[in-house]
Amino acid sequence: MTLAFFGGVYNNYLALEAAILDARRRGAERMFCLGDLGAFGPHPDRVFPLLIDNGVECIQGNYDNSIGKDLNDCQCGYTDPRDNYFAQISYEYTYESTSEPNRRWMRDLPGELRFEIDGVRFLLCHGSPRKTNEFLWESTTSTQFLEKLAREYDADVILGTHTGIHWVRQWRAESGELNDGSAGGQGVFVNVGVLGRPENDGRTNVWYTLLRLGGGSEFGSRNGEVGVSRVEVEFVPLEYDHNRLAREMAEVGLPEEFIETIQTGWWTTCLEILPGKERRKGRF
Amino acid sequence: MPFGDTSPRVALTDLDELWFQVSGTLCNLECTHCFISCSPKNDAFGYLSLETVERRLEESRSLGVKEYYFTGGEPFLNREMVPILEKTLEYGPATVLTNGTVLKPEWLERLRAAEEASTYCLEFRVSIDGPTPEINDPIRGERTFERAMKGVALLVEYGFLPIITMTRTWDERDDGEILGDFRNVLAEHGYTRARLKVLPRLKIGAEAQRTCGYEPYERVTPEMMEDYDSSQLICSHSRIVTDRGVHVCPILIDSPDSLMGATLEESLTPYPLRHGACYTCYLYGAICTNPSAGARE
Ligand code: SF4
Ligand code: SF4
Ligand SMILES: [Fe+2]
Repeated sequence: MTLAFFGGVYNNYLALEAAILDARRRGAERMFCLGDLGAFGPHPDRVFPLLIDNGVECIQGNYDNSIGKDLNDCQCGYTDPRDNYFAQISYEYTYESTSEPNRRWMRDLPGELRFEIDGVRFLLCHGSPRKTNEFLWESTTSTQFLEKLAREYDADVILGTHTGIHWVRQWRAESGELNDGSAGGQGVFVNVGVLGRPENDGRTNVWYTLLRLGGGSEFGSRNGEVGVSRVEVEFVPLEYDHNRLAREMAEVGLPEEFIETIQTGWWTTCLEILPGKERRKGRF
Repeated sequence: MPFGDTSPRVALTDLDELWFQVSGTLCNLECTHCFISCSPKNDAFGYLSLETVERRLEESRSLGVKEYYFTGGEPFLNREMVPILEKTLEYGPATVLTNGTVLKPEWLERLRAAEEASTYCLEFRVSIDGPTPEINDPIRGERTFERAMKGVALLVEYGFLPIITMTRTWDERDDGEILGDFRNVLAEHGYTRARLKVLPRLKIGAEAQRTCGYEPYERVTPEMMEDYDSSQLICSHSRIVTDRGVHVCPILIDSPDSLMGATLEESLTPYPLRHGACYTCYLYGAICTNPSAGARE
């Protein structure tokens, strides 16, 4: 069974469209979106028909919660004045350009999704299971913390987004990190990345995540193949018409700084929230 | 708790951050605003050994600690500081709060290699209290601006992106201008993508003599806690290890009632907010965590 997970769309309907096609082509039977439909890009209303008509199962991100409930800001949790300044520009644009029915639709999205496949318990959230806008960065999230979340929230596989950069961690109960990836694990956390903007690596593509159950595993379980050891995670780099997106962003008057990110793959805003290790990989 | 103490109690919801008072109250500097009055001679709290740190790191695993923080005094006066950080990076992300004046290239070389080898981030937070020696030095000591700037340049040379933290000794409304000046002066020292963080003043320790302590009415009352999100407070998600045991938070270690037990397990009970410093925390929120943790609201 193949599942596709999309992170923050940030109004990037062109990437969403490309991702849906790509996921289908790769055999995805179910598609999910982990929230933050708005922000950053142009034409928010173009996102909703794509999600609804293609049966993408959605949960609510902090952005969707804000827009749906008519709040004054996106609840992204930035602490820097410059980051907040730019966040506010995209928030106001998105709020004003989202139709009332779409705002209501977002307001009613669930905060999390749970299901079980072959005994593997999945928990889909936006930031973390305990807090919609919690940032779980690879370099600042210990394995024991993830294990605790999995324990407390009764899940084997937890998926989230919110930070904008994909990563995965697998663990065996009570043991901490698996460095060699050679044995069956008992828990997985996946940050599925985002469709909304590139990953601050100088490349213009965005990312989504495919998850396969059954068969061989990326984490390679040698024997038995039970539980999460059968879960294979694939991060998919996705090309889309980023030049068109950049053009449309300029047409609706979004900041130069945002357009630069779409065209270069480097983040120019929301930088202060990055841990040193992630920040170092970028240009700014 | 004294009879009749009505201070609101804050529960530890998750032990997300574990702090280590790794150099006790020993510091090569003697800043006028130091909230635990550190100095070269103040050995009220002593160094933590690698062994002590390791024991608590091990204990922290089952509690699901997310990040580790190291403070003092000046952590790098502790001779085992480099191995301590190397060891910590096997358990999770580490942040060290330093005054930046005693850093050595060979330490940074090792630490950079340790961070490269780890999944986790090693963050340096360097305290500098203003964009000029004129603002900084009267508080932190003669030539400390220049020395700390050299420390920053060295960190940058070894590939770190230190977070510059400053205690606000100016009017809050001047933050924008001061931060702008800071970015410029750091760029002149080769640090072009400076990360900056402003901290509120805490009116305890030496700072109580520099300005004035808390007024008796500056306390957190039960009424104030109604509709208040206590996840803003460090004591709801942190504890700190000193050479005496485990205390409620990094701010109050000087108060005898802050010592909660010998082990992490013993320190997990609620704590009554009966101190003036609690009032500052109440007003300003999670002042001690890194920006990457996001705002707590
Ligand atoms: S504020 Fe920091 S550098 Fe200054 S004396 Fe205290 S511990 Fe030392
Ligand atoms: S000083 Fe702050 S962190 Fe410490 S106990 Fe008081 S409120 Fe909590
Ligand atoms: Fe988000």
